[in-house]
Amino acid sequence: MRVIGFLLQKEFLQIFRNKGMLPIIFIMPLIQLVILSNAATFDVRNVPFNLQDLDRTSLSENLSEQFTGSGYFQLTGESSTSSQALDVLVGRNADLVLVIPEGFEKELMRGGSAKVQLIINAEDGFSAGVIQGYTNDIITAFNRDLIPQLPGSAVAAPQPDIIVRSSAWYNPELVYVDYMVPGILVILVTLVGLFLSGMNVVREKEIGTIDQINVTPMRRYQFITGKLLPFWIIGLGELTLGLIIARVAFHVPMLGSYWLIYLVAGIYMLVVLGMGLLISTLTDSQQQAMFIAWFFMVIFTLMSGLFTAIESMPHWAQNMTLANPVRHFVDIMRRVMLKGSGIREIAVPLAILTADAALLITLAVNRYRKVSD
Amino acid sequence: MSEPVIHTEELTRTFGEFRAVDGISFSVGAGEVFGFLGANGAGKTTAMKMLTGLLLPTSGKATVAGFDVFSETESIKRNIGYMSQRFSLYDDLTARENIRFFGGIYGLSSSIIKEKSEALLSSLDLIAVADSRISDLPLGWKQKLAFSVALLHEPKIVFLDEPTGGVDPLTRRRFWDMIYEAADKGVTVFVTTHYMDEAEYCDRVSIMVNGRIAALDTPMAMKSSFGVTTMDELFIRLVRPTAGDGI
Repeated sequence: MRVIGFLLQKEFLQIFRNKGMLPIIFIMPLIQLVILSNAATFDVRNVPFNLQDLDRTSLSENLSEQFTGSGYFQLTGESSTSSQALDVLVGRNADLVLVIPEGFEKELMRGGSAKVQLIINAEDGFSAGVIQGYTNDIITAFNRDLIPQLPGSAVAAPQPDIIVRSSAWYNPELVYVDYMVPGILVILVTLVGLFLSGMNVVREKEIGTIDQINVTPMRRYQFITGKLLPFWIIGLGELTLGLIIARVAFHVPMLGSYWLIYLVAGIYMLVVLGMGLLISTLTDSQQQAMFIAWFFMVIFTLMSGLFTAIESMPHWAQNMTLANPVRHFVDIMRRVMLKGSGIREIAVPLAILTADAALLITLAVNRYRKVSD
Repeated sequence: MSEPVIHTEELTRTFGEFRAVDGISFSVGAGEVFGFLGANGAGKTTAMKMLTGLLLPTSGKATVAGFDVFSETESIKRNIGYMSQRFSLYDDLTARENIRFFGGIYGLSSSIIKEKSEALLSSLDLIAVADSRISDLPLGWKQKLAFSVALLHEPKIVFLDEPTGGVDPLTRRRFWDMIYEAADKGVTVFVTTHYMDEAEYCDRVSIMVNGRIAALDTPMAMKSSFGVTTMDELFIRLVRPTAGDGI
């Protein structure tokens, strides 16, 4: 135990003395938290929108006002021909063109129906879908309000519509920050844990001090504990800082138990540190370790369900995410923080994380040799 | 020669086809200053790694401080000190912190560490810079400190891997005073060097060429048996036997 104590002391001295390291550990993640939480949103607002009103009647004006007044669209210009509208789309001055054909009002008055054309820029299919949803809402509302005013409609009894009202549970106002912050916290502790532990041992290899350590009677478990414990502590410290910011600055709710979060985080950090150490033992330079850590970090993040829903991935990819520890911790964080899930509800992902931790730590310990052969 | 503390028989290490160390046999007695010479790539470092328990030999036999290099590497480690000029101390820690760390991992008690570090710092005249980072110290001071740290746990044998690279002759001379001091106390010193004047300071030297020991004797006897006047000449003759006088 004493030996581990001396090693811990040395590691902390080195970490806190490294002027380049401190900002990486504490400031960088916080900047990421603030930027990503606010930027990573699926909300589509202020869509630039171009109007091609060929009818120029009070009804057509009424319709276009529904668009500009919705808050989703921002009128950036008007066009008078389809080629002009096309230029606007290609030039990315608008993502939506509303074409109201000539005779729109007349048709409506006479036959009770008319056509409009909506051209949506679907480079980004997700946003295009959202824009289409908004436009459908606007047009439906326009129809509903308009029909009673049309001549001859007074005779027909108002049709009882089936209106679907949806309400979102666990995040009733669909605040994206609430959804993103718990996940981003996971990315932060992963980043810090994986990179710092991955760099650390390989750094001693690079400088050569690892040989100096390996000629001492220090035992393997002492070395590994002394190397990993500091980053385990830093990782949990980072999480604490993140949770405080989530609470104070972002007002993210916390319906579950903090104890549960820390229990999971403690196990999760072992997964990350085991992986970092494994990378350390497989590489000879910090540069190599960095690239490998980065490779996993990108795959883990993109396949974690943080930014893109796992349900919308192809089947094989969904299966792959089961091996992704980030996915499970993101999942647990969201469930515990937003739904108040208890240990029973998260038992499966927690069991997977525990198995991952055991596997990776065992592999890493086995790979680290004091005597090379 | 007294009871050998290092003994090897046909000790060999291969990396694939390459025989880095090719059947070396020698003994080093207690309290001896043993010079381990050879050109770069001759296999010195590989041999030293096997003797310090960092690398498993491929074949042959060797014991260090009475322990087998195949099966008792951890026992060897308790009985040896190791210093390399390049990396023996942590640059981002102070002298005092380095002493404390290495004392601690060798299991010295806190009071002994404290006592020893004060004694050591004052004898090396480092009190004034004891709390500066190692990276701020001149190379010569670092080397002396690293050597003292390697002796902190009172090992039977100390391995020095090119301990004096890159410093002036006076500093090297002082470093060798420290080596003699340790040897006088009975510590066996196993040292590699590229400086031939230092080879002269050793009780005995071996010269490795292509993984084998080409010569092993006292510096004096070795020179006379090869009919040369300096170790320099001897070294060049052995390492490049066909090159004649030119380097």
